[in-house]
Amino acid sequence: MNALAYFGDSATMLRRQLRHMVRYPSLTMFVVGMPVVFLLLFVFVFGGTLGAGLGGAAVIPGTAGGRAAYLEYVTPGILVMTIAAIVQGTAISVAMDMTGGIVARFRTMSISRASVLTGHVLGSMVQAAIGIAVVLGAAVILGFRPSAGPMEWFGVIGLLAITSFALIWLAVALGMVTNSVETASNLPMPLILLPFLGSAFVPTDSMPGPLKLFAEYQPFTPIIETLRGLLTGTSFGNDGLLAMAWCAGIAAVSYVWAMRLYERHSVH
Amino acid sequence: MIANHSGPTIQVDGLRKSYGRQVVLDGIDFEVAQGTVYSLLGPNGAGKTTTVQILSTLISADEGHVLVAGHDLSREPDAVRAAIGVTGQFSAVDKFLTGEENLVLMADLRHMGKREGRRRAAELLDRFDLAESSSKPVSTYSGGMLRRLDLAMTLVGDPRIIFLDEPTAGLDPRSRRTMWQIVRGLVGSGVTIFLTTQYLEEADQLSDRIAVLDHGKLVAQGTAAELKRLVPGGHISLQFADAMVLERAARVLAATSRDDEALTLQVPGGGDVRSLKSMLDRLDDAGVEVCGLTVHTPDLDDVFLALTGHPDTTEPQEAIDR
Repeated sequence: MNALAYFGDSATMLRRQLRHMVRYPSLTMFVVGMPVVFLLLFVFVFGGTLGAGLGGAAVIPGTAGGRAAYLEYVTPGILVMTIAAIVQGTAISVAMDMTGGIVARFRTMSISRASVLTGHVLGSMVQAAIGIAVVLGAAVILGFRPSAGPMEWFGVIGLLAITSFALIWLAVALGMVTNSVETASNLPMPLILLPFLGSAFVPTDSMPGPLKLFAEYQPFTPIIETLRGLLTGTSFGNDGLLAMAWCAGIAAVSYVWAMRLYERHSVH
Repeated sequence: MIANHSGPTIQVDGLRKSYGRQVVLDGIDFEVAQGTVYSLLGPNGAGKTTTVQILSTLISADEGHVLVAGHDLSREPDAVRAAIGVTGQFSAVDKFLTGEENLVLMADLRHMGKREGRRRAAELLDRFDLAESSSKPVSTYSGGMLRRLDLAMTLVGDPRIIFLDEPTAGLDPRSRRTMWQIVRGLVGSGVTIFLTTQYLEEADQLSDRIAVLDHGKLVAQGTAAELKRLVPGGHISLQFADAMVLERAARVLAATSRDDEALTLQVPGGGDVRSLKSMLDRLDDAGVEVCGLTVHTPDLDDVFLALTGHPDTTEPQEAIDR
């Protein structure tokens, strides 16, 4: 299969995903709505107290009051959580596709093998972009004022894109590793929890020993720290490189895994 | 039918497939000539679907050599895919899309171009009587409509070889007949059809050749007529009023097969008028009154039951030598 056919077939598959999204928006609304609810919950319910507790751990210039300070702190974490929520939907729709007959038909057709999965990945990228825009919009309405300049915004968008890309491929593999839609919808659950065990909601310094160690070295922490640095001007050292390395690693492993799962039962 | 000299379009030699210790296909061989319907007939679990899945590149065989449209299945799966169309047992449609969108999706994947794709979709919707529901989501379709759409999607790219895995399973009689007409139409236009079914009538109605698959082996193959000749001829079933009459009749006719509970006798022989009359005359002379009579000519049911009833008859029977 040549590259032209691959792009053509992937574009067809993306159109199919977008059509699904438009026709049945409930899944998209759910996975985009969840992080917005989390944002509201954390800012209005916990924000006052947590913001006051940030103390010197996250010095945010130009803000007064716990809630405003916490909004600054938590928004990058919620953005990453948005991606984690989007990929729940990816795993579900991949699993639904694989258990239905249509993919069996695709497999018997002379089309580019990867295009079915590429369609899912691109469709979820679009969903992630929508989700991130909605969450950022909500944060701005609540008073979030990022200090990022054009270069920083470029970095923010780039990092969010490669994080989405990596986690979506992971979710594609998770959606195929099981034969049931129910299981597939649970498998990416830990991705929603991981930001809690990182620097998304509170600084890792405030955690007890072993948890702190885990929080500092898990992949979401450098991603969140880099986003926070780019958006609000905190320092993030080599977290940017670390974040990109994590994403590249997750994407590569997940891609190979996903393709192997897709080919599992069929002739090469 | 147009004579064909290009040889078999599907050629299968020594095909084997096991899942763990479970042997699903135990070395099957057959050939399908171009422009004909070949039916694979067998009970549930005989290996019919596995055969279709292997021939349509969905799963790989453990052993054996398969040529489809002149291409080696294991070496050039993509060339095989370009030549075939598959309609499986479970509807392979995108249930989130409309009927028309499903067909256009197929056209796009065949790289047909926008206008040509729409034209082809409209033509197929019309031909398969789906035009009215073309813009409704497929999730609202009935079983028969789904099956028609499924087949229409298979036909978008004009495949020359079509695999139909139990195309009429679960359909009502009317939808089944519609499906048969469609299949006949396709064969008329030179398409080769490989069909699996557990309905003997379907195989009888549609096929040029039938193979009976049982426990992963082909236990017989031939035309419907040839297969019918494999089982002993038909019989006449006589019904009597009570056990005493039955007993007298059994003595008169020296019939071997009797059913004391149903009060019937089964006399081997065809249904020709002369032998029927002489039998009834003999009964009449003996003063035996017959309540009812049915003539049973052998059909594929007899073949099927005779061939698949005994798991130990594993020697394949070739109905005719070629």
